[in-house]
Amino acid sequence: MIAALTQLLLFQLLGEVVARGLGLPVPGPVLGMLFLFLALALRGGPGHELQATSQNLLQHLSLLFVPAGTGIMIHLHRVADEWLPLLLSLAISTVATLVVTALVMKLCMRGEAASGNAPGDAP
Amino acid sequence: MTPQFGEIWVYLSASPLLGLTITLLAYQAAFWLYRRSGMNPLANPVLIAVTILVLLLTLTATSYETYFAGAQFVHFLLGPATVALAIPLYTQFSRVRALLLPVFAGLVAGSLTAALSAIVVARLFGASLPTQLSLAPKSVTTPIAMGIAERIGGIPSLTAVLVIVTGILGAVAARYVLDAIKVRDPAIRGFAIGVAAHGIGTARAFQVSEQAGAFAALAMGLNGALTALLLPLLAGWMR
Repeated sequence: MIAALTQLLLFQLLGEVVARGLGLPVPGPVLGMLFLFLALALRGGPGHELQATSQNLLQHLSLLFVPAGTGIMIHLHRVADEWLPLLLSLAISTVATLVVTALVMKLCMRGEAASGNAPGDAP
Repeated sequence: MTPQFGEIWVYLSASPLLGLTITLLAYQAAFWLYRRSGMNPLANPVLIAVTILVLLLTLTATSYETYFAGAQFVHFLLGPATVALAIPLYTQFSRVRALLLPVFAGLVAGSLTAALSAIVVARLFGASLPTQLSLAPKSVTTPIAMGIAERIGGIPSLTAVLVIVTGILGAVAARYVLDAIKVRDPAIRGFAIGVAAHGIGTARAFQVSEQAGAFAALAMGLNGALTALLLPLLAGWMR
């Protein structure tokens, strides 16, 4: 577990250094994810320990959003004046985004299947 | 007895131990409920844990800063967890490669819908321009969203709240919305959740299946990058 955590932190550090060094608008951990992905591709997959540790971490990804989520308590007053347009906007836009993304992907997959170059494992 | 308890409270409320412990306790309670409900999306663990903590902190008149001094240790793990998303992405990569065109088309369509529909609905219901601009990046993971809000003339701290609420809404609604439009493929379901509801949606997707989780993680990363490129252009054109 410690070795795996060290690897994850090293890739995060690398991502952070590159993001800040080049002034990129992407957060360090997201770049770190990209670098680890490339390393895995070169190395032919994660070791057993890295696999197990990341699985544990991702199974409880929800927990990691709790401290930031609780921060809502100090900003709630910002929402007070315009809560109705805000709530409607968030709800409608979130549903619309789910529907549009899913339907566009589904249509594209159907298009690919019809033109005969569909991937074998598409259901 | 009472002054003694008072002294203990003064010590504990100033130490990071309490903030950290109540975060884990609240989450355990929330996760227990979530499990008992058969992982029903309505019993979202982030929503329940945050509700418990906000009530607890308000009742004990504890400031968020004091709480966060302890909770930051959990918050910190978001970094390495984001890096760890590379592993399911690698495991699922053959499927990702096979779906390159649908992924790209879904990303562009979803990203534009997320920003434009939020702005249009808010404008229709009379929200101010800074509020509209704070809403625009709401489907993107928090650090990117706050950066975008700052650049385009929104209010970053308002955006932070809207991002969290969006994530919870998306994680709660996704199953019902995607069932209603009869989308069954876990890759599409995961990707749509990741575009609409970033990390909180991704957390939900991982609890359903690894394939959905991997596609959600991919969507979250790609949508963050694309929105950071597109929104400044869009906002310039709005003014």
